[in-house]
Amino acid sequence: MDLPLAEQGRAHPDGAAAQGAAKGVTHHPHRHDSGEKHVAGRAVYADDIAELPSLVHVHIAYAGFARGRVRVDLAAVREAPGVLAVLTGDDATGENNIGPVVHDEPMLAVEGGAGEVHYHGQPLFAVVAETRRAARLAVRRAHVDETPEPAIVTIADAIRAGSRVDDDYVMAVGDAPAAIAAAPHRVSGSMEIGGQEHFALEGQVALATPGEDDDVHVVSSNQHPSECQEVVARVLGVPNHAVTVEVRRLGGGFGGKETQGNLAAAVAALAARLTGRPAKVRLDRDDDFIMTGKRHDFRIDYEAGFDGEGRLLGVVFEQHARCGWSLDLSRAIADRAMFHADNAYFIPAMRVLSHRWRTNTCSNTAFRGFGGPQGMVGIERVIEHVAHHLGRDPLEVRLLNAYRPEAPATRRMTHYHMEVEDAVAAEMMEELAGSADYRRRRAEIATWNAASPVLKRGIALTPVKFGISFTTTFLNQAGALVHVYKDGSVMINHGGIEMGQGVYIKVAQVAADAFGLPLERVKITATRTDKVPNTSATAASSGADMNAMAVLDACETIKARLAAFAAGRDGAVARFSGGAVEVAGRTLAFGDLVMEAYLARISLSATGYYATPKIHWDREGACGRPFYYFAYGAAVSEAAIDTLTGETRLLRADILHDVGRSLNPAVDLGQIEGGFIQGLGWLTTEELYWDDGRLKTHAPSTYKIPTVADRPPDLRLAIWAKGENRELTIRRSKAVGEPPFMLAISAHQAIGAAVAAAGGDPTRLDAPATPERVLMSL
Amino acid sequence: MTAIMFHLNGAPVAVRDAAPTTTLLEYLRGRPLPGTKEGCAEGDCGACTVILRTPAGDGLATRAVNACIMPLPMAHGAEVITVEGLDDHPVQREMAARHASQCGFCTPGFVMALAARPPGAPADRAATEERLAGNLCRCTGYGPILAAAEASADDADARADPAADAATAATLTAIPPLDYTWNGRHFLAPTSEAAFAEAAARDPVILAGATDVGLWITKRLFDPVTILSTLRVRELATIEERDGALIVGAAVTHTAFHAAIRDRFPALGELMQRFAGLQVRNAGTVGGNIANASPIGDLPPAFIAAGATLELGHHHGRRTLPLEDYFLAYGSQDRRAGEYVRAVHLPLDGLARLTCHKVSKRFQSDITAVLGCFALRLDGDTVAEARLAYGGMAGIPARARYAEAAMVGRPYSAETVAAAGAALAQDFAPLTDLRASAAYRLRIAANLLRRDHLERTGTARTRLAGEAGAGLAA
Repeated sequence: MDLPLAEQGRAHPDGAAAQGAAKGVTHHPHRHDSGEKHVAGRAVYADDIAELPSLVHVHIAYAGFARGRVRVDLAAVREAPGVLAVLTGDDATGENNIGPVVHDEPMLAVEGGAGEVHYHGQPLFAVVAETRRAARLAVRRAHVDETPEPAIVTIADAIRAGSRVDDDYVMAVGDAPAAIAAAPHRVSGSMEIGGQEHFALEGQVALATPGEDDDVHVVSSNQHPSECQEVVARVLGVPNHAVTVEVRRLGGGFGGKETQGNLAAAVAALAARLTGRPAKVRLDRDDDFIMTGKRHDFRIDYEAGFDGEGRLLGVVFEQHARCGWSLDLSRAIADRAMFHADNAYFIPAMRVLSHRWRTNTCSNTAFRGFGGPQGMVGIERVIEHVAHHLGRDPLEVRLLNAYRPEAPATRRMTHYHMEVEDAVAAEMMEELAGSADYRRRRAEIATWNAASPVLKRGIALTPVKFGISFTTTFLNQAGALVHVYKDGSVMINHGGIEMGQGVYIKVAQVAADAFGLPLERVKITATRTDKVPNTSATAASSGADMNAMAVLDACETIKARLAAFAAGRDGAVARFSGGAVEVAGRTLAFGDLVMEAYLARISLSATGYYATPKIHWDREGACGRPFYYFAYGAAVSEAAIDTLTGETRLLRADILHDVGRSLNPAVDLGQIEGGFIQGLGWLTTEELYWDDGRLKTHAPSTYKIPTVADRPPDLRLAIWAKGENRELTIRRSKAVGEPPFMLAISAHQAIGAAVAAAGGDPTRLDAPATPERVLMSL
Repeated sequence: MTAIMFHLNGAPVAVRDAAPTTTLLEYLRGRPLPGTKEGCAEGDCGACTVILRTPAGDGLATRAVNACIMPLPMAHGAEVITVEGLDDHPVQREMAARHASQCGFCTPGFVMALAARPPGAPADRAATEERLAGNLCRCTGYGPILAAAEASADDADARADPAADAATAATLTAIPPLDYTWNGRHFLAPTSEAAFAEAAARDPVILAGATDVGLWITKRLFDPVTILSTLRVRELATIEERDGALIVGAAVTHTAFHAAIRDRFPALGELMQRFAGLQVRNAGTVGGNIANASPIGDLPPAFIAAGATLELGHHHGRRTLPLEDYFLAYGSQDRRAGEYVRAVHLPLDGLARLTCHKVSKRFQSDITAVLGCFALRLDGDTVAEARLAYGGMAGIPARARYAEAAMVGRPYSAETVAAAGAALAQDFAPLTDLRASAAYRLRIAANLLRRDHLERTGTARTRLAGEAGAGLAA
């Protein structure tokens, strides 16, 4: 098979030409700022920081069963070689709790020699020792008396027991049950959707160094340094100002370090405080899998009413989320699953009921898409079911139901009463169906299948409409700090965390253009809570949107001061370009103006701030505008299945994705491709398996994320040339971190189409579509 | 006692103060050379990949290995190259230029896996996919990495320096054999089988590629008194063809074995392509895959179907037995005190008849849910002999005797195959576990016989992957 070079399937509009007056560095495919350090092994991660000889290592011991009580005797642990201290909840100098939203997570469950166990993996106590090995060995000397109780493991267990972590919640428009009852056609079903382990290649790690007074400096692999700071301060019983959290880069995050990094940070900080020595916690990969939260698995029950063409008239969803043993971020995650229960479709009557089940499993948490993917899988299953029921091409059913820009506002209204203003999914689906030759290939595949008794192929096109903004409205704020030094070099700092997604380079591009400087004059520095306070997590795809705006605000403040100084009056207009400043009829080199301004005692440092406009959300009434805008995409996947074994293979995928006007097309293509493949893993090979409440897939030997050969041999990516954000986002770009993940739903549906071609029932195919699930749906 | 002596990024080092269970990764990161990362500490993600070069002929054999599960003494006599030791390698340049890193944590491992490609070895997409099966990236989706691999190949080839390699090989060859003691712990690496056999009699832990025992060390903190390494035993590292059989020494790596058979016995070759990642195949051995007696090791079912004989060594003498008789029950083998796996004898006619069918959740580097390996001898249309061996169906790799009986003497037909498939329920009562349910295992075990029949008798396409899976897309 003659295949193109991998990179040949990567199309983006040319930066300068297609994106209008894009002088400068924004909109251009600049390399990741750390790319050369990555390939040279010179990029420093938390565990790479040179260790001081006084450094101590901490190992966290956890419960080996899912529910009950333990009594522990740690005397022998304290006596073990190399052990300096053993920490339990009693040792917290503040509160022994690290719960992020509500305080429902003891840091170390053992207090007074005993503790409640809520899941297999519950942190019980921690050993501080001279070496990591000594700490690990010492744990074996603990005498642990276990009193297990019957565990609530599955969603079905939780439903039976009525075990909730949060109240049920409803979003509704119209009278969906009545609309379904009156509809000419009806289908109903239930789909199980598995969870997902983040498997960032860098696991959880934190390094804490004690300072003067009560101060502690924490390097944490963490997406949310401000919250980490607060949690550490809470555990130590000190004000937030005593704790500084610093994050230069993560070896992957994906949501798995939004709250889940705080345990390592808090335990390291406590060990540092109590020993007076720098302390490091680095979880072994298996322990990391077992202890930390994952993507929520869901069961989604549905009923839909529709007409003879497949036009949806009413849909009822009952979403069951397995939240695990504590609340964590489950409220917002389950909400986002509800927000995406319409995906790109107008449904005149819809009711979404969400249950948030408490189980004796790890506390499920943020993961790229944050519930959105599960909600979207639900409605795409409904479409698949409707099409299967009517014998229609699912694409035609999708197009029939898609929000249309020309429709009246009442037919662009979501089930949470927000008007979809741009509604470009239908246009993108049509464009992609053409460029990917969907209809001809679908016919060709049907012919091929008729002659192929064992292997069957399928093709599917699915859209993505993903809401951008934290649905917890107050989180939509960001801060920045910009310094211009006397030599005209610029240092920027903001609350965004660099975890590979390129937020640092994107923000630097914006800052460089703001000052009209080459990129290398702008220095990107580690995110620190003592530089920019009270930041939000780098999550919800918001990193570049919000932090670039905050940095731009700071840049504009400094520019206004420089302009006023140069012109001798406030409000003067200046043009910053090509390293020069044109102002009041003069042109000055940027560095010269800066030096003059310094000598004239003009401040060259500024903070910046941004709060996302237009958004509001009434959670009580389940209505409002939770999202500033939507990001869109569409994908065609072609898959083959082996009807004897259920094995599958993705053969080709074509992706068209909307990033508005891309801040950096190379970075954005990377997010699109990486997100798609990560979504593919979630829906095919990545299976979490519990046995009696114990996670059995807790390492890469047993938990299978995609390898290079799972990437389809033919993958064609394109950034949508017409993409433009109708809202005043940074340079009219759109967020890109999460939305492409959901493009992989097309792969699951392509497998479903192949199942149907084999005479099986695609509406019985759960996720992930492992070989076993595929075979059992035949 | 000797020190652990090797070259690190061009400079000789001698280590005397490390426990023999210190991994190469721990040693490197402690130097500190932190470019090499720990992603899993079990050899399944490749973030810790380094290049190991050992004398071969006049030059050096180059291979990628996982530093995380390699005990440091195994580096003795070799040259270790880490990402810090590369000098602006074309792979590094192309990966940076093509946006092939995002978070960057796996990146040094990918760089090293690609830089380990021997000069002139293929760098097309299929070869690169095989080369990278043991490297996980969670960010990029792999496309830019594949592009960089292709684009850098010619420049990388141009860097070959046989004269320098010969000089390095000469200094490495001069390093004496290892006999290492630290704090009451011993690591022995004899060079002759006689010395090995004598040491084996004293009940050491026998270590071959460390792709399994390495995990005992990193995950269970295993700390044996004496480790006896097969690594340098010349007699155990040979492949011979004699009396209609391939005789494969226990210390032959999977990579070396794969190279020897992949063109000649493509069914076994394709199975081995799905066997772990290249770093593991570069270290792990044929003997180790047998000796550890996993119910889901991939070589034993293939070898049993091919009619293999196992040869066990002992300092008092050798004995042989049919390979299937070596596996007594889960965790129990017919290996007496002082014995060691010496070689496996593979009949050429059995290998020629062999077909292999592996089913796992992921194509590359995944542990088998069910592996069916079949060798049939037909007499006209009648099944004259059937050797049907399975992995993943029982506590040990085992033959399906009832299914075999249902085939032998009968016409090789769909009906016979169906009867054999039904008989599998008498042969096996498989487990339900994280890889598959018992019901699924039984169903596909029978389906694999059907697939095998279709492949031998028909033209229908039956394979998604490998060469037979090419060209499926519209």
